[in-house]
Amino acid sequence: MRLTEPEVRYVADLANLRLSEEEVSRMSHDLGEILTHIEQLNELDTSNVEPMAQVLYEADETATLREDIPHTPLGNREALANAAASGAGYFKVPRVIDR
Amino acid sequence: MKSPHDLASLTIGSVREGLQAKKFSAKELTQAALDLAEAENPKTNAFLTFACEHALADAERVDKAVAHGGYVGALAGVPVGIKDVIVTKDLRTTCGSRILENYIPPYDATAVYRLREEGAVILGKLNCDEFAMGSSNENSAYGPVRNPRALDRVPGGSSGGAAASVAQGTAVATLGSDTGGSIRQPASFCGVVGVTPTYGRVSRYGLVAFASSLDHIGPFARNVEDAATMLRIIAGRDDLDSTSAFAPVDDYHALMRHPVRGLKLGLPKEYFEGLNAETGDVIHAAIKQLGSLGCEIREISLPHTKYALSCYYIIATAEASSNLARYDGVRYTIRSDGDSLTSMYRNTRGSGFGAEVKRRIMLGTYVLSAGYYDAYYRKAQQVRTLIAKDFSEAFKDVDALVTPVSPFPAFKIGEKVDDPLAMYLSDVYTLTGDLAGVPCMSVPCGESPEGLPIGLQIFAKHFDEATMFRVAYKYEQATSR
Repeated sequence: MRLTEPEVRYVADLANLRLSEEEVSRMSHDLGEILTHIEQLNELDTSNVEPMAQVLYEADETATLREDIPHTPLGNREALANAAASGAGYFKVPRVIDR
Repeated sequence: MKSPHDLASLTIGSVREGLQAKKFSAKELTQAALDLAEAENPKTNAFLTFACEHALADAERVDKAVAHGGYVGALAGVPVGIKDVIVTKDLRTTCGSRILENYIPPYDATAVYRLREEGAVILGKLNCDEFAMGSSNENSAYGPVRNPRALDRVPGGSSGGAAASVAQGTAVATLGSDTGGSIRQPASFCGVVGVTPTYGRVSRYGLVAFASSLDHIGPFARNVEDAATMLRIIAGRDDLDSTSAFAPVDDYHALMRHPVRGLKLGLPKEYFEGLNAETGDVIHAAIKQLGSLGCEIREISLPHTKYALSCYYIIATAEASSNLARYDGVRYTIRSDGDSLTSMYRNTRGSGFGAEVKRRIMLGTYVLSAGYYDAYYRKAQQVRTLIAKDFSEAFKDVDALVTPVSPFPAFKIGEKVDDPLAMYLSDVYTLTGDLAGVPCMSVPCGESPEGLPIGLQIFAKHFDEATMFRVAYKYEQATSR
């Protein structure tokens, strides 16, 4: 199995990753090799097998609900401390609406 | 003696005795450990960030508490290190990635918080593969870690720094994380004990998510007893992680002293195929030793083992592609500008992530993309059920499983770096434990003819860490000295 370069670019767009031409070519080869290996799963008939959606779940359904007591949240200043750009208590991003 | 002269042989117990007997103070011990860590770092690159001021202040607090008498905590003054994918309040946490180069977390992971509550002194943050993705620690954006036992070789990965610092004598114990073998494989390569507990045994709160259904926090230590002490402290329900388990935490130290005579140990035959000969000799000698201690050894089969790698690389990358979507140039320090929001995202992620992380995000995005979900992700989850059933079937007949950790000892730096599939295959014996969610560990069991450490892997039933520790402890007792 091989992933074509246009397919690689399509997936990179879905993943919001900018890839160089060299990376696209390398990715096409590497992902193809891994996907070929993964094809071995088709040897197994899994038509009557439940997917393992939970690893372990031994507790009652409501066990993870805590008492409804308010906690002090992380403050605005702390939440913004690692922002790439912030101002007036908000995260700043490039302009998304043209006026 | 005014200062601890032999850091590399210190254990949690000997730190406690040393402090009580006033052989050294916590501050002297911390200073000695920091001095050694800084002196070793040009060689091994195990630490990414040192916490000198915080560590010395924490040590002073321990010394004051010791002077006042009373309870000072099970880890009072013990120098520890934390893998850099586990967040530490006010202490830089990079995940081995450029994209988090300047990230200063505003909170402690629950496991870190619990260590601090018991008086542990955090020396700093330990190098690892970027976002814990790797088997050799060569994927760190801050350079590879070198194996302290052989500097031209990898320490294993992804928790390479966490294993190396225990082996080189800087930290007495460390916290790592395991998603496909990232604790056991480096423990084996560096000759230390490494434990991956049952899924949910230790809270994942503050562990930067890679693959949420596979991620575990676990300890590294110089002996089984210390590893059990560390696990007992960090284990147990945490309301901040809804997948953390309510099951009570056993008294590992009492239970592991019970005799092993009559315990049934399974040898899954699939784990002895493709093993390098020198590793095989050491593992078989260890199994013989367990037999002479009175364990009953049986060959068994885990028939779906050969599908684990494919299953793992679908589930782990799919979950990673979702978890790593948050690194978007908005919240976490690094941004590469673009002329639109989307191009800013793409430029930031394209320049911030390394090659292996991009490869896994791409694979994960592909297997989850429209039209492929059933063929890949759902199929892999079904195969995961079969792999987990292999274990539950085996545990109807045996109490624990013993296997090699890795098919070969530590390989040379650069040896597998250009072949992702060959690199992934170094995890074939460890991935299954994470997929099934069972507890497993590596305990040193010998060396290759070249003197490279080899680890024995022990698997036990869900939440039966006590039996796993018992096998490891009795083996260690029988073979040490």
